[in-house]
Amino acid sequence: MVAGQHDAVSRVPPAEVGEMELPHAHSWVTRYIWSQDAKTIAVQYAITATAIGLVALVLSLLIRLQLGFPGTFSLIDPASYLQHVSMHGMIMVIYLLTAIFLGGFGNYLIPLMCGARDMAFPFLNMLSYWIYLLAVLVLVASFFVDGGSTGGGWTLYPPQVITEGTPGAGAGIVLMLVSLALFIAGFTMGGLNYIVTVLQLRTRGMTLMRLPLTIWGIFMATVMALLAFPALFVAAIMLLFDHLLGTSFFMPTMMMVSEQRGHEGGSPLLFQHLFWFFGHPEVYIVALPAFGIVSDLISCHSRRPIFGYRMMVWALVAIGGLSFIVWAHHMYVSGMHPNFGFFFATTTLIIAVPTAIKVYNWILTLWRGNIRLTVPMLFALGFLLTFLNGGLSGLFLGNVTVDVPLSDTYFVVGHFHMVMAVAPILVVFGAIYHWYPKVTGRMLNDTLGHIHFWVTLIGTYAIYYPMHFIGLAGVPRRYFAYGETAFVDDSVMTLNAAITIAAIIVAVAQLLFIFNLVWSYFRGEKAGPNPWGATTLEWQTPETPPGHGNWGRELPVVYRWPYDYAVPGAKHDFVPQNVPADAVEFEHGSQQARPA
Amino acid sequence: MTITLIAIVLMLAVFLGWIVSHTINVRPWSPEAGDQAGRDRLPAPFTVPRAGLIVFLAAITSLFALTISAYSGRMQMANDWQSVSLPDILWFNSAMLVGASIAFHAAWRAIASGRLAGARLGLAAGGAASIVFLFGQWLAWRALAGAGVIPGGDPAAAFFYFLTGLHGVHVIGGLVAWARAMTRLVRRSDLAEVRVSVELCTIYWHYLLAIWAILFALLLAT
Repeated sequence: MVAGQHDAVSRVPPAEVGEMELPHAHSWVTRYIWSQDAKTIAVQYAITATAIGLVALVLSLLIRLQLGFPGTFSLIDPASYLQHVSMHGMIMVIYLLTAIFLGGFGNYLIPLMCGARDMAFPFLNMLSYWIYLLAVLVLVASFFVDGGSTGGGWTLYPPQVITEGTPGAGAGIVLMLVSLALFIAGFTMGGLNYIVTVLQLRTRGMTLMRLPLTIWGIFMATVMALLAFPALFVAAIMLLFDHLLGTSFFMPTMMMVSEQRGHEGGSPLLFQHLFWFFGHPEVYIVALPAFGIVSDLISCHSRRPIFGYRMMVWALVAIGGLSFIVWAHHMYVSGMHPNFGFFFATTTLIIAVPTAIKVYNWILTLWRGNIRLTVPMLFALGFLLTFLNGGLSGLFLGNVTVDVPLSDTYFVVGHFHMVMAVAPILVVFGAIYHWYPKVTGRMLNDTLGHIHFWVTLIGTYAIYYPMHFIGLAGVPRRYFAYGETAFVDDSVMTLNAAITIAAIIVAVAQLLFIFNLVWSYFRGEKAGPNPWGATTLEWQTPETPPGHGNWGRELPVVYRWPYDYAVPGAKHDFVPQNVPADAVEFEHGSQQARPA
Repeated sequence: MTITLIAIVLMLAVFLGWIVSHTINVRPWSPEAGDQAGRDRLPAPFTVPRAGLIVFLAAITSLFALTISAYSGRMQMANDWQSVSLPDILWFNSAMLVGASIAFHAAWRAIASGRLAGARLGLAAGGAASIVFLFGQWLAWRALAGAGVIPGGDPAAAFFYFLTGLHGVHVIGGLVAWARAMTRLVRRSDLAEVRVSVELCTIYWHYLLAIWAILFALLLAT
């Protein structure tokens, strides 16, 4: 089908992109360790993020063991329970999800999907990964210091987090804050690359509106991250000063055994504003790449052009903008002025509009599509369902009056794990099953993939669905044990035990996935360059896996948008982006079905 | 947070406005969409390195806007605010930073017209003035600490150290880039490469000067 002749360049103006010089690797070390190839950096990011994610997974199991079978396991005491909760949250949100979506998929897919040879600044890109790794190591070190890691909650609210008596209030919190500052510095270096590469290094014919939605999602998420992460940076540094230099940015006057502590007049509320000014955009920093990737998975595996491409792009843009004016919906219980709460409830609900547009468009893409229930597709569909569920409980929590009684209960835990944990991680899995053949040249095992999917989907529902009811029953979150608490019904304890068993089963399924990743790397079925019949550029590389520089001698030229699936009259059900109009084969007698 | 919101809304308005204006009239599925190619790139002055620097400056703008928001927020939230009487040396330091900015600009002009000696002089002067600036800031810290104004004291003092420190760290970061540009210039490596380094330094220093002007005005006014 692909005639391969790119000479007939109708409608494509002369090259706008100059060739870039690549820092080629000369040894094993510069190829695989100090690599400046975005694809290698992507794999480094993904492996590191997965490794630290597994640590957080183990922490979550420890939390669940305590909640499901309180008092049975002596290795979990109240202090370590709080530490596990705090570290689990922070690792999963920042060090796993943010890193794997932007550092992992961003690095791998941006240059390939834009038709570039590499990122705009390969050296900075390499530095970005190594600083990320350092941040992870500093974080891990905090497990081993005197007093252990911080136990002040993943939101790190002062005054508790740095006050004596909180677990890890000594060295643990210092390392946590330093690690965050490093992460942000490293991310900024990567983020510059993602943005400039998308804006400036797209190949001939690759207009903004011909970018795959994956790139749009990662691009908008990066823009948001560059503007929002500084809030966490400022908050972390100021908190560090409060802790180490005795300043009173956030620390209020506190009396302890009728003796005044060193701090005076600081405002804990100020920290909350700064934290959530980062924290809410962070939700979308994770969600937008997931939105983008899932659009491509659904389109490719249902062999249908994405429905409403332009609306999808502008919805991403709108969500990105709106997410900066909703942060205080995380602070409804902080005693804010009612008008303030009203404002933030309104903006929060407005975000439902572009988000709903996306959900409808995914469903309309599936409508009458030639749906192939491949493993990536299953994960994409699982995302759709889960994101919808999580989004709907978000409508409850977005309203002040409903949020206030539910705020400190398991309803919130159920909600944000659905929308922020399960939904994005399903996309991560789907994306790995989808792109693994390009990264390694081999397919992941299909049977293991199906088992992984069904156990993960059903298992996570078994975990988080009941939590909504536990929350409605008024059971508070963050508690180590409920003891003889009268209002906690016995049925809650039974549910908690069931949830814990489900969590263990889901965790084991993830080991199966890791096994699949390793086994398939050596023994998987050979994939070929384009096993899914996808249109986007990364599947059209001359080599699989692509070499350094991605494209051989000539950069590809783009002639069409990325969703030419099921073109009327065309012989094949997809036309890659780099196929010119006159090279498309049509069924006999339907030449004129599509304008040339 | 109003200050931060204004800064971020302005930046997003420019950026998202540009994106929407370049995507609004496109029918991506039609072959004519290719006519757009080349037109939806950034304007010519935005070379790849400059675009990278500008994106970085946008992130720092957010950082300083948030810091200033925290400053004004903390000022309103408590009644323990005692204005710091600023040491006079800050005026001298400000003059040094203005000098650095001018010297960098001269170096950029010189290298653009191929005058290497002039570029070397400008670049060296700019770096030297910046180092004097940093030393002066340190003297200001010492003077204040000597007068008993310490970070652990009232919030105005803590913010003074925090703001000047944050700005100083960015100057130090700039000096790393400056040292690289200087080495390239002395070794007379590829002129195009040197020119890029010098122009990036110049833009960055102008930006640092602008930030300092805002911070200094803020400190003087409160």
